[in-house]
Amino acid sequence: MGAQTTGEKAFSVINTLLMLLLCFITLYPFLYVLFASLSDAASFIQHRGMLLKPLGFNLDAYKAVFKNPMITSGYRNTLFYVAAGTAINLLMTALGAYVLSRRNLYFKNILMFGIVLTMVFSGGLIPSYILINKLGMMNTPWALLIPGAISTFNLIIMRTAFQAVPISLEESAKIDGAGEFTIMFRIVIPLSMPVIAVMILWYAVGHWNSYFSALVYLRDRTMYPLQLVLREILIANSTDSMSTGVAADDKYAIGETIKYATIIVSTLPIICLYPFLQKYFVKGVLIGAIKE
Amino acid sequence: MDLSTGQTIRKDLRLNWIIYLMALPVIAYYLIFHYGPMYGLLIAFKDYSPAEGIWGSHWVGFKHFDSFFNGIYFWRLIRNTVLINVYDLIFGFPAGIILALLLNEIRKMMFKRFVQTISYLPHFISIVVVAGMMFDFLSRDGLINQLIGMFGIAPIDFLKESGWFRFIFVSSGIWQGIGWGSIIYLASIANIDPTLYEAAKIDGASRWRQIFHITIPGIMPTIVIMLILNMGNMLSVGSEKVLLLYNPLTYETADVISTYVYRKGILEASYSFTAAVGLFNSVISLILIVSANAISKRVSENKLW
Repeated sequence: MGAQTTGEKAFSVINTLLMLLLCFITLYPFLYVLFASLSDAASFIQHRGMLLKPLGFNLDAYKAVFKNPMITSGYRNTLFYVAAGTAINLLMTALGAYVLSRRNLYFKNILMFGIVLTMVFSGGLIPSYILINKLGMMNTPWALLIPGAISTFNLIIMRTAFQAVPISLEESAKIDGAGEFTIMFRIVIPLSMPVIAVMILWYAVGHWNSYFSALVYLRDRTMYPLQLVLREILIANSTDSMSTGVAADDKYAIGETIKYATIIVSTLPIICLYPFLQKYFVKGVLIGAIKE
Repeated sequence: MDLSTGQTIRKDLRLNWIIYLMALPVIAYYLIFHYGPMYGLLIAFKDYSPAEGIWGSHWVGFKHFDSFFNGIYFWRLIRNTVLINVYDLIFGFPAGIILALLLNEIRKMMFKRFVQTISYLPHFISIVVVAGMMFDFLSRDGLINQLIGMFGIAPIDFLKESGWFRFIFVSSGIWQGIGWGSIIYLASIANIDPTLYEAAKIDGASRWRQIFHITIPGIMPTIVIMLILNMGNMLSVGSEKVLLLYNPLTYETADVISTYVYRKGILEASYSFTAAVGLFNSVISLILIVSANAISKRVSENKLW
């Protein structure tokens, strides 16, 4: 490489500064939330402007969060929805992908067309709501687990991966007497593990973060997933139930830090896992892009 | 050991029978949960009563469409839906491309990876948490008001003033999505033939010229495909976020078709009317994606199908 011109040097400097600014804007809100959640409620309320470290150190907000029965039950429910939902997603998506990856299946094109059509046209919210109601799934966990059992986009990605498995492997397994299930579970899926891993992640994070279907289909608060509990605390602003036993003046103050502690508690699992999972997420996007 | 023809056929049938069995739950799933609601759209042309069912309810033709098109909220909903999406297209869509171009110019790999890792992060945070953080930062005595207060600016109730809604919605979307949006463009930049850059350098092309004459043309197919996909989602994207962020004070600029459907349909139980509104929404989306694809096919030969 030749010597850089002044213009190029200036460009590099400005670019680096821009990227640092982007990192700051992305990261600082999380740091602020973390610092605020650990702060002493009274001094936090007095404070103006940015936080560069917690003001004092106080875990009262966290204690209040973990004492809240809605948070703990929300956590439990979400873990269940993530585990059961992802298992159903994987099974159904893998089945679909396996069937569609078979060569010489004469109804395959019709099937494929019918499936892809659902990506560009859908019945929408109200007919789905009526359907769920009619099926008796209203106000049951099934409403969160079954209607989204397959993401068509993921199905297509998985099918592409399954098609990449060398056909000779399957043929030799067949000669050895293996049935379709054996081929699928013993050969095709193990050879497609990178994609399966990506699918697990995408589906699991989807279940962890989803709130809308619970909002629409659940009435019973004991079944609420964490995100719906969060919505009440963060958006509808109801921290009162968590600060019972606290004097009215302090209630507002601790309510503020409780909100921040709630954000941390509900986001921590993803943030902690994120560095390890990031490359799989990214890989998924790239695999998905190849199909175009 | 050779099998006779008859045995082979029987074995084939038996194997295919298992395939059919495997396909069954998948077909059932699509029929029930995707085509079922499409059938349910019939109620848009009926006065649906749960007692009489979808087929048994009375036909009313285009009554619900009429009352939607002539209703007082029609133009407000169209305006809000279109504007939010157009702003997102103008400001949000290029953001990921610009970030990818800038990231690509960073020569220090460690730093590049550092920026990428941080910028992807918000994508994985739930929309409820993001909205919750926005509520707190943008409230009357929140962080943003404290900061602008230092410059003597009077506090603004950002989320309660309709004039701010679109700006807040689109800019927070960029905050959350810019890093993730850049991945696909970075990958497509990585696929550009490096000899093109070598040749350009020999011809004395500056970094700027390389960006405009090699990198951007090189990723154009990806840009077009992403644009088509965006067009298809145009009328549905973001409704879950609007639902969290808006309130009656900001309906004026925030209420979009899908949130209106949720309010009128789920909360007020006017099923047939909102099914008609939803159908209108779906049809427009379909038209948008099909025409974006057709236009793209004609002008650039890039297509989704």
